[in-house]
Amino acid sequence: MLGCGLLVGIPILFVTGLLSYAAYDPGLGGGNDRTPGKGLLGFYLFSWPTDPVWLYRAVIGTHLLLGLALLPVLLAKLWSVIPRLFAWPPVTSPAQALERLSLVLLVGGAVFEFVTGLLNVQLFYPWSFSFYTAHLYGAWVFMGAFATHVVIKLPVMVRALRGRSMRAELRTGLADTRPEEPDGSGLVAAAPAEPTISRRGVLGLVGSGSLLLVGLAAGQTLGDGVRGTALLAPRGGSYPNDFPVNKTAAGRGIKVRDTGAAWRLVVAGAGAEVSLSRADLLALPQRTERLPISCVEGWSTTQTWTGVALADLLALVDEPVDDVMVSSLQEGGAFAVVRLAGNQVTDRRSLLALRVNGADLSLDHGFPARVIVPAAPGVHCTKWVREVRLLAGSA
Amino acid sequence: MMRRLLSWYGASPVHLAALVAGGAVSAYAVSRVPSLEVLLQIALWFVGTLLVHDLVLFPVYAAADNVGAWVHRRRSGPGPRVPWVNHVRVPAVLSGLLLLAWFPLILRLSSGFERASGRANDVYLGRWLLVTGVLCAISAALYLARVLLPPRRPARS
Repeated sequence: MLGCGLLVGIPILFVTGLLSYAAYDPGLGGGNDRTPGKGLLGFYLFSWPTDPVWLYRAVIGTHLLLGLALLPVLLAKLWSVIPRLFAWPPVTSPAQALERLSLVLLVGGAVFEFVTGLLNVQLFYPWSFSFYTAHLYGAWVFMGAFATHVVIKLPVMVRALRGRSMRAELRTGLADTRPEEPDGSGLVAAAPAEPTISRRGVLGLVGSGSLLLVGLAAGQTLGDGVRGTALLAPRGGSYPNDFPVNKTAAGRGIKVRDTGAAWRLVVAGAGAEVSLSRADLLALPQRTERLPISCVEGWSTTQTWTGVALADLLALVDEPVDDVMVSSLQEGGAFAVVRLAGNQVTDRRSLLALRVNGADLSLDHGFPARVIVPAAPGVHCTKWVREVRLLAGSA
Repeated sequence: MMRRLLSWYGASPVHLAALVAGGAVSAYAVSRVPSLEVLLQIALWFVGTLLVHDLVLFPVYAAADNVGAWVHRRRSGPGPRVPWVNHVRVPAVLSGLLLLAWFPLILRLSSGFERASGRANDVYLGRWLLVTGVLCAISAALYLARVLLPPRRPARS
């Protein structure tokens, strides 16, 4: 039963993770590709669309919340099979030796992916490798072992599920709970103690754990109206008159004087370049769009942004048909420079935002100007923009 | 010949094929890790987290559970008493799960978190304790209800 939950859940986690990787548009190169050595593992990559606008929010929200829901299932599964770890003799045949090796990758991979994912969203890094590198390659190592395990163990799971009627089990209380019959798997206790919890009780406990973890975190993904319910999640709680900030200006070393009256935005094309003040930008035609920002860390927020369409801005210097490089005032950081694809730039809803919800952007939200692109990961919505440059190759 | 090979191997050809195919995917992913240094670090964490789970976390929670069950057996005399062990076990497991998932926030281990988010992270310990308290209270209330209200069917003798 636990295995069945993981059999359905893990592939969804894997696919949403791969989609999140695609959402970074690593094909554009530069800082977009956090793992340039991926080789064949990038076989499926495609140009990330701008529709529907909630696409990245759904992908990453599912990834994080499903991961939280599966944590108790994984732990219970490990609990149920751990006697095998101490089986003696440890190896009885070449087949079993190979299988045990594969199990190291399976269990190690599962624990590794949950640990790196959970610690990353809490910005806790007790290691020096890149999260992107570790989480992506770790996932493929794990999935290789997972596929093997499914092929080998599927018949066992089907037998186990057929061996018991789910409905009957859910009607069986503690008083009628009997030990498992020996089945030769080595997993059935030889001399079981008096049961203290029924099978439905164990399933109920695991399910409650999943519900509790998801229930106390979902608010940070679902919307600003329910963010307060996310008591145990990095970007939950209440934000009076505000919304969460991924990286503050202070945290990114943004100096107030660089964002003041002397600030200029450089817009560059193949042959031309213009320099615009914030007043110049406000004098250009303004558009207002209601768009979500969704972070790879799993939280999101929908706000009303006002500013200049990126396409209009680039039309000042060139035809905006190709990829664009956006640079921030921030020094260092993995996403100080990001690339946007032609389909993102020409979407009229992609803005260089100057205002949010009718007020000027605050410094932490990217003053003087920030990018907002529908359906793009939050890190591609660059704050404190200083330059927007059409890449060579554009018409 | 084939049969002898398979009996030496100890499982069906499908078993071997699954291991080779899955192993190839894992091995390819390992080969893409940018440098040996990074690979060793990742491998250390792969095996390290596994060992921490199997040889530290698991024995700790298994021992705690055994102690609980042992105390429960010793203190439950004969007679139709309402077993209390799961009324301790369930809130303990649920509270432990929350701690396991969010310990860097609850214990304020992530120094970069406040700088990045601009928000104090001193609220999580209190919230976790609050949730734990609520879980314990619900569990205690259910226990009291079971003790005070007549059972629907006779307790196990």
